[in-house]
Amino acid sequence: MQNADAIYPDQPVYPKDNYLSNGYTLKSWLLTKDHKRIAIMYLLSVSVFFLAGGLYASAIRLELLTPASDLLETASYNKAFTQHGILMIFFFLIPSIPAILGNFLLPLMIGAKDLALPRVNLLSLYLYWIGGALTVWALLQGGVDTGWTFYTPYSTTFSNSYVMAVGLGIFINGFSSILTGLNFIVTIHTMRAPGMTWFRLPLFVWAHYATSLVMILGTPVIAITILLLAIERVAQVGIFDPAIGGDPILFQHLFWFYSHPAVYIMILPGMGVISELISNFSRKKIFGYEFIAFSSIAIAVFGFLVWGHHMFVSGQSIYAGLVFSFLTMVVAVPSAIKMFNWTATLYKGSVSFDTPMLYAIGFMGLFLIGGLTGLFLGAIGLTVHLTDTYFVVAHFHYVMVGGQVIAYLGGIHYWWPKMTGKMYSEFWGKISAMLVFVGFNLTFFPQFILGYQGMPRRYASYPAEFQVLNIFSTAGASVLGVGLLMPVVYLTHSLFFGRNAGDNPWMLPGLEWRTSSPPPTLNFEESPVVTWEAYEFGIESGLDLDEARRRIRPTVVS
Amino acid sequence: MQTNSWVPFFPEQASTFAWQVDLLYFYLIAISVAFSIPIVLAIFYFALKYREKEKFATPDEIHGSIMLETVWSIIPFVISMTIFLGGAIVYFSQYRIPDDGMNVYVVGKQWMWKIQHETGHSEINELHVPVNRKIKLTMTTEDVLHDFSIPAFRTKTDVVPGRYTYLWFEATKPGRYQLFCAEYCGLNHSGMIGWVYVMEQRDFDAWLEGSVAGETPVEQGRDLFENKLGCASCHAGGPQQRGAPLEGLFGREVRLVGGQTVIADEEYIRNSILNPSSQIVEGYQPIMPTFKGQVTEEQLVALVAYVKSLSGADTSTQPTRAPAAQPAGGTGTQPAGTGPTTGAANR
Repeated sequence: MQNADAIYPDQPVYPKDNYLSNGYTLKSWLLTKDHKRIAIMYLLSVSVFFLAGGLYASAIRLELLTPASDLLETASYNKAFTQHGILMIFFFLIPSIPAILGNFLLPLMIGAKDLALPRVNLLSLYLYWIGGALTVWALLQGGVDTGWTFYTPYSTTFSNSYVMAVGLGIFINGFSSILTGLNFIVTIHTMRAPGMTWFRLPLFVWAHYATSLVMILGTPVIAITILLLAIERVAQVGIFDPAIGGDPILFQHLFWFYSHPAVYIMILPGMGVISELISNFSRKKIFGYEFIAFSSIAIAVFGFLVWGHHMFVSGQSIYAGLVFSFLTMVVAVPSAIKMFNWTATLYKGSVSFDTPMLYAIGFMGLFLIGGLTGLFLGAIGLTVHLTDTYFVVAHFHYVMVGGQVIAYLGGIHYWWPKMTGKMYSEFWGKISAMLVFVGFNLTFFPQFILGYQGMPRRYASYPAEFQVLNIFSTAGASVLGVGLLMPVVYLTHSLFFGRNAGDNPWMLPGLEWRTSSPPPTLNFEESPVVTWEAYEFGIESGLDLDEARRRIRPTVVS
Repeated sequence: MQTNSWVPFFPEQASTFAWQVDLLYFYLIAISVAFSIPIVLAIFYFALKYREKEKFATPDEIHGSIMLETVWSIIPFVISMTIFLGGAIVYFSQYRIPDDGMNVYVVGKQWMWKIQHETGHSEINELHVPVNRKIKLTMTTEDVLHDFSIPAFRTKTDVVPGRYTYLWFEATKPGRYQLFCAEYCGLNHSGMIGWVYVMEQRDFDAWLEGSVAGETPVEQGRDLFENKLGCASCHAGGPQQRGAPLEGLFGREVRLVGGQTVIADEEYIRNSILNPSSQIVEGYQPIMPTFKGQVTEEQLVALVAYVKSLSGADTSTQPTRAPAAQPAGGTGTQPAGTGPTTGAANR
């Protein structure tokens, strides 16, 4: 309602010396050690992969408009969903929040000049580029058709596609994750400003700490798995293929031992963003800070113990199934705790509905559905029916898109003024947030019903009785697509024509808001000393709120 | 709970445990709704009631409440445990394979289902079964992973190369039900579909009469054993016996060199044919050659059925149709030693 023009009639100053003005040559970017510039390069590259993954998604949805495999022949469809998954998971979802927002904000939030290992940070980016380039090359050569899960023995012996090249791309990209995680952990341990105790850290930082743990403990396992896959495919050593003495189920264990925790690499940073948004746009200390912080750690730890819930129908022992089902139910509890605490934070707050907050509220609704349908899939007797159907597809899109992507967009809008110094159009921001929410639900809710009816996933053609709901889904996807493309337009527009945002447009207490927008290369004019708790909005925060209020309504005063 | 087909959101209920799965589903929907409504209402109520009235206000701090945190940790935990228990109960009825099922063998192959009945009838992408009879599927695949999935029966199991997996159901309603391959298996995955025909017993008998039966698996297996593969030269007993006797073997505990023991189940027999040196029976020399590459999965199924029949454990004890029609002399060597249940008990 209050759009930016009404709030800021006179423009704040745009700082002349900032990290963006520190060199304009290509070299000044490619050889930078500045975490903020690296984050911007990640933003651009990750967006390219998101767009590419989105194109595959469009192809999939268009193909599924009709029961027959007509728009795409079966071979192309199989490649489309495989490549959609690979690009979105390994090159968008996993790096998006940590590598862009985490990279940009962690040092700012803890009052540091940079990450602890700036060169390693640049190396992570290059590894991401090399892995990404290799993958894209393989896709252009002819692609891969194994599904993003690379199940053996199809991937090792039967698939006649670029499995090894893509595997190598993911292998290299994995080291980018590991190094980023390592960097974050070292930074959080050693680079906190004076007074920034562990329990004064913003929850965004806690979430990244938990994520980093998963990154450095889990990612090596997928690296090992890909290596074993390569050994089998190239040297014909029997590891996974029963024809030469291997065990295909072993691959599934190893794969999910990484890939389930990877789900938490994707969602935990999103939860961190949401904690920031809910608290800051309610202008109220987050409810149950310690519980949210430790629930992140609990999720990271328990996340390593539930991989077998992807294998309930794989022929594993029924007793193993029971244990994994039990642990899956346990891991639901910390997510529920977060949900309750976020809701309670709104109570007696001062809630404003700026674009980032719309995303946060959307997240709560979608993550609620994503989380609850996770219980359906953890209930072992029910999941026998649901496994490998569209119910699973709907569930993980609710968590990954409804959760992670929405949180990512919320975060991008929230920190955009800090990253660029410019304010985007609130009007278009709100429209896009609502389109994304509506389009998303229309796309994926019908898939729950399709799944219970029994429609299997990864089907290029399907029985005609499933068509109506698929039409809904495709229609929704087009709304979702428009909603997701809009920010590209108005955010880019804001770079050139947007109003100057000012250092702290929302008068928030976080350290990142106490430096100029965009921040200087070394982040702070003088090293900050922290004397306030996290999410302290009152007098103790030292923010001059009266002055800020005077500043925003000069027209009313005069 | 017999029929639900009028609800467009549900597939037909056509197996004994379908209603249990649906009940669990309704329970979870009820919990989800009961859980979501208060949260969504609270979000909207708080967001609107406490909406910003003054720019940059500083509302009073509320730090949190140990009491509330405890309550909202324990309640979800207790509820999730009820879901876990419900899931476990249903899971047991789906995956505890009964001993007295009618045996059907399934071999998956890119991209078709090959189905072999004990009567010697074989089908492709179609499975005919009698209603109200327990059906036990013993499944494997010639190539990659597949998954035998029948939504109307609310069950599925992966079909895994190099081993047997099992699936059972008891259909409750005659009719035609969709069969899917639910585990991605390459190019024509979405074409690997078929139908399960559930028939009244008399219609099923008529179907058996009306279609041509080939050799039964046991007959095929004996042919392979005695003639084609020459297993009999070592395993048939008599003075030339160098291999372990197979009569009464199935379901028994076998002592291996090195002191371990294994139960001689389908998996063990299959493995002993393909990798004989991996499990040497105590008292025998490791002289058996591997038959890997010389037998197809279907032949293996037949051999396993034959070895089972030597223990009287094959389902000739569970006639698929009138006993008289059972091929006579299926096994001349049925010993009385191991009862029919011993073998199947561990399945």
